[in-house]
Amino acid sequence: MPVKRLLSFLLHALLFFFAALTLIPFVYMLCGALKSKFDFAATVFLPAGDGWFGIGWDRLTLENFTRLFTDLGLPRALHNSLLLASVSSILTVLCCAMGGYALAKHKFRGQNLVMGVVLAALIIPGPLLLAPSFQLLYKLDLLDTYAGLLLPGLAPAFGVFLFRQAMLNSVPNELLEAARMDGAGEFRIFFELVVPIIRPMLGAFLMISFMGMWNNFIGPQIILQSPELHPLSVALNNLKGIYGTDYGLIMAGTLVSIAPVMCLFLLLQKEFISGLTSGAVKG
Amino acid sequence: MKATRFNPAPWLFLAPFLGIFCLFTIWPLLRSFILALQQTYGPGTTEWVGLHNFRYLLTDPLFWKAAANTVRFTLGSLLVQLPIALGLALLLNRPGIRGRGFFRLTFFAPSLVGLPFVAMLFAPILEKRTGLINATLHQLFPLWDPEFAWMQEYVMSSLILAALWMYAGFNMVYFLAALQNVSKDLLEAAEIDGANAWQRFRHVTLPEIAPIAGFITLLSVIGSFQMFELSFILLNNSGGPENRGLTIMMYLYQSGFVVGDLGYASAIGWVLALTLMGIALFQRWAARRYEER
Repeated sequence: MPVKRLLSFLLHALLFFFAALTLIPFVYMLCGALKSKFDFAATVFLPAGDGWFGIGWDRLTLENFTRLFTDLGLPRALHNSLLLASVSSILTVLCCAMGGYALAKHKFRGQNLVMGVVLAALIIPGPLLLAPSFQLLYKLDLLDTYAGLLLPGLAPAFGVFLFRQAMLNSVPNELLEAARMDGAGEFRIFFELVVPIIRPMLGAFLMISFMGMWNNFIGPQIILQSPELHPLSVALNNLKGIYGTDYGLIMAGTLVSIAPVMCLFLLLQKEFISGLTSGAVKG
Repeated sequence: MKATRFNPAPWLFLAPFLGIFCLFTIWPLLRSFILALQQTYGPGTTEWVGLHNFRYLLTDPLFWKAAANTVRFTLGSLLVQLPIALGLALLLNRPGIRGRGFFRLTFFAPSLVGLPFVAMLFAPILEKRTGLINATLHQLFPLWDPEFAWMQEYVMSSLILAALWMYAGFNMVYFLAALQNVSKDLLEAAEIDGANAWQRFRHVTLPEIAPIAGFITLLSVIGSFQMFELSFILLNNSGGPENRGLTIMMYLYQSGFVVGDLGYASAIGWVLALTLMGIALFQRWAARRYEER
């Protein structure tokens, strides 16, 4: 049927149009990162020249990257971001998975109270805690330290809630009973039986927490004053303040900043999308 | 089960979470009540002012400017982003679409970038003369003025555009998951009964995805109300010309951490929090009424 084929062609064309719109900023960033300051102002994508496709390939330069990595201290910020995001995501997952396990698979006095407080805390918006947390960190003498930036984020209520929901049905009680009969200790049961079962959830939540800290801006902006402690988000914004319109430099820095998260996502893609939507589908 | 002796295991598992949760969530939450009734000069010196912060807030033109900007950003984001996200999901969900995995990954990719980096990416895109948008528009329509200053004339539209690029695909993934749960039998039955595409969408698909659509809307509203990074970074750490880009979160930041009055920042935080809780309760109430219908 020609009408159906025409429709199918049009729909695919529409999808390609939107895909192109989505990808153009990425291409723009990549081109910008490889251009000198002069070429950035002169051309939108790649500079014209007499190379293949009429593009001056020889005008492209890695200078933005070398400047970032030698004079402008980007390795330090990259190292800080990696450290902060890894430590925070691993500890957050551990905290939440263990807490969720206790709430899902144990019965104890005060359980309903803990669960009630966790549920109530789900609706506290983060901005409300910004000022009092800052004051608390000041009193604990934790301002301008990584402990001050990391600690408040390690126990999100929604993390415990998600893990509790995930374990309630997917971890069979019989399995736990059997292991207890065999004399396995509680921590051995958790790490050797429960953790493997909830691995997809664990992967997804690890990824979410990693991205949460990697893309955190207001936290380090408020808590960290020393430039040598700054992660990429704040360091790059400060560079933007100093080098203003040297956009080639900023694009190169942005590229370096988003590449690790992109790679991590491609590795964990399947687990991530299934974990992300599993909570939503139940509605 | 008979009463057994105290089992410490669950408390040991809960200890790390509960300890940090109480110290860094519950305690600051309780403190925020008191802090909102104080004025501070930096985090160290506080002075009791009672309800003065809230009285001042009601007549503070900057706060109302920030609130109006935030509402404008939120409404703009919802009205542009969600229909596009749903449209893309409907397109991708059609039988016979090839390359579904590629398209889904492409549309989802911007949400991996992270707000601060989206802001840095959009700074040159929105730039005068050399920026991607102005240069492209000028080439397509020579009458377009390449000196047009997006970040001065159309601050909120520019921020909405950046948010659209980042979140449309993210919301699409949720819509797609919802659409895949719509009963195929019901759709086929409707088709046999002679319902056209619009009628099938309006009377079968839409009611089935309504609960998730409501949930996505709520999440978008909550996220948009807390918008900070896009404004802050794109406007070089300021509110922009005539504070046209000032959001509630930015005003909270400026009051608490630039001026140094954590008390006033807490009061702003409370107004923001109560607004969001009100919206969340309203959404739940509306969703329940919809389901009972």
